[in-house]
Amino acid sequence: MKSLMKYCVKYSKDIEISKEKTMTYQIGYAACGTALLILIWFLGGSYLFSQPGYEQFNGFLPIPTLKALFKLIVDIGFWSSVYASIKRVTLGIMIAFVLGLPFGLLTGFYKRLNLLTHTSVQFLRMISPISWMPIALLVFDSFESAICFLITIATIWPIILTIANGVSRVNVQWIKMAQNQGANDFQLLLFIILPASIPYILNSLRLAVGIAWIILVPAEFLGISSGLGYIINDARDTMEYDRLMAIVIAIGIIGFILDGVIQLVQLSLNWIWIEWD
Amino acid sequence: MTIHMKDVSKRYTLPKGKELLVLEGIDLEIRHGDFVIILGQSGCGKSTLLNLLAGFQFPSTGNILINNKPICGPDPSIAFLFQRPSLLPWLTVEENVAFGCKIRGDTHKLAYRVTQFIEMVGLSGFEKVHPPKLSVGMAYRVSLARALIGHPQIFLLDEPLVSLDTFMRNRLQEELINIWLSEYFTAIFVTHDIDEAVLLGTKVVVLGGRPSRIRGIFDIQLPYPRKPTDESFFHTRTSLLKELKASFIENHFI
Ligand SMILES: Nc1ncnc2c1ncn2[C@@H]1O[C@H](COP(=O)(O)OP(=O)(O)OP(=O)(O)O)[C@@H](O)[C@H]1O
Ligand SMILES: [Mg+2]
Repeated sequence: MKSLMKYCVKYSKDIEISKEKTMTYQIGYAACGTALLILIWFLGGSYLFSQPGYEQFNGFLPIPTLKALFKLIVDIGFWSSVYASIKRVTLGIMIAFVLGLPFGLLTGFYKRLNLLTHTSVQFLRMISPISWMPIALLVFDSFESAICFLITIATIWPIILTIANGVSRVNVQWIKMAQNQGANDFQLLLFIILPASIPYILNSLRLAVGIAWIILVPAEFLGISSGLGYIINDARDTMEYDRLMAIVIAIGIIGFILDGVIQLVQLSLNWIWIEWD
Repeated sequence: MTIHMKDVSKRYTLPKGKELLVLEGIDLEIRHGDFVIILGQSGCGKSTLLNLLAGFQFPSTGNILINNKPICGPDPSIAFLFQRPSLLPWLTVEENVAFGCKIRGDTHKLAYRVTQFIEMVGLSGFEKVHPPKLSVGMAYRVSLARALIGHPQIFLLDEPLVSLDTFMRNRLQEELINIWLSEYFTAIFVTHDIDEAVLLGTKVVVLGGRPSRIRGIFDIQLPYPRKPTDESFFHTRTSLLKELKASFIENHFI
C-alpha cells in the first residue's frame, strides 16, 4: 500500500511538468468558451424576455442572476442547503460503492456470474431512478433515507458496470503470473485485480458523482425541506427569478467542482499502468 | 522431476464450431536437470505446449505426467517466464520479487532471500524502484528473480529474450546458464533461433507441421560455457542445421 502511494505521487510530478506548457492554453480556451456561453445566454435571454408578456422573467438574465449569485454566496441558508445536498450525495454514493465494488469485481472476474447477472443489471439500469421515488417514500419513513436510496440505486449500476469492464481488461499475463506463483482466487482478486482496476474504479466514481448530482435536484423537489432542490422550488414559489437562476448556476458550478476534484485524483494517478507491462 | 508426455494432442475450439488441432502425437520424456529447447516456426504451438506444462491449459488427449503424477493446474514448483516481463507496476522491484513468496506464505528469511536474488540478477541498488523506471533488460532480470526465488523444479521460458537487443540478450543468456548450472532445475526454453538453441540447450526438440508433431530430438553435448566463436560451437550448429534439413525433408515439411 505504501509503495502504491509513493508510486502515484512520484509519477504525478512527471505528468504535471510535461503538461505545464499547454496549461495556459487550456485555461485560455476554457475561458473563451465560458464567455461565449454567457454571451449566448445574454442575447437569447434579452430577445426572449423583451417579447410582450415575458417582461416579468427579466431575473433570468445574466446581470440580475450574477447579483443574486453574490447574494447567495453570503447567504448561510444557501450553504446549509449545499451541505445537506452534498451529504446526501456522498452517503448515497458511499453505499452504492460499498455494494458495487465487490459486485463489480466479482462479476468482472467470474464469467459465469457475469452471464448470470448481466441481463438483470442491464434491465435495472434502464429504470429511471426517479420512478423508484413513490416506492422509496412508501418503504422508508424519512425523506432523508428515501433520497439516499434513490442516489444509491441511480449510481450503483454504472459503478458495477465500469468496474466489471475494468476487471475484464486487466493484463492477462499478470493473472497468469499470479496463478503460476500459487495465488488462489481470493489473492488474485485482492493483489492483482483490485490494484490493477484502480483507474476504472476512479472512473466509476466520477460517473457516479455526475449521475447523483443530476438525480439529486428532482429527488429534492419531492417534499423535503432542505437542500438545493428545495430552495429552487422555494425561489419559484416566491417568484424570485434572479435567485432561482442563481441557484441553477450554483448547482452547475458545484457539480463542476465535484467532478474536477475526482479528475484531479485521476490525473495524480499514473495511467501508464494500464498499458505498461 | 521427470516429465513424461504421452501421445499428447491439443485442440482449440474456435467460434462457429470450428476446431483447430495444434499439437498431435507429442511423445516426450525429459529428465531432471535437462535444458530443453523447443524449436519451431511461429504459430506451430510452442506456447501451447508450455501452457500445457504450466497447467494453464489441459491436453485434449493423452496425458502429461510430472514425477508420474498428472498436472492439475498451475503450480509454483513449475515456474513460468513470460515473453514480456509482466511486472506489477504498482510494486517496487523487491516487492515484485517477493510477490509469489508472500502469496504462498513462504516468508521465512524473505527479506534476505529477496536481497540475495536481486543481487544474483545484478540489480542491487534498484530494490525500491518501480518497474516503469526500469529498462527492458532490467525488467527481465526482475521477472527472472521473481520466477526463481521459490526454487522451482521446472522452469518454463516462452521466447523470453526476443525483444532485447543483441548485447543484452547475450548477457542474459550467459546469466541464465550460470543460474541453471547452480540451481539445478529443468529448463524448457522456447525459441525460434537456432543459435540460441545451440548456445543454451542440452536437448533440442523440433516442432513442425500442421498439426505440429515432434520432427526431431537432438542432443547437444558441448560443455558450458559455450562460445559462438568456438569451432566446436560452429560444428555443432552446422550438423544440427543439416539434421534439421534432413528431418524436415523426410517429413515433407518446409
Ligand atoms: N486460446 C487459443 N484459442 C484458439 N486458438 C489458439 C489459442 N492459442 C493459440 N491458438 C492458435 O494455435 C496455434 C499455435 O499457437 P501458439 O501460440 O502455441 O504458437 P507459437 O508456436 O507459440 O507461436 P509464436 O512463435 O508466434 O509465439 C496458432 O495458430 C494460434 O492461432
Ligand atoms: Mg508463442
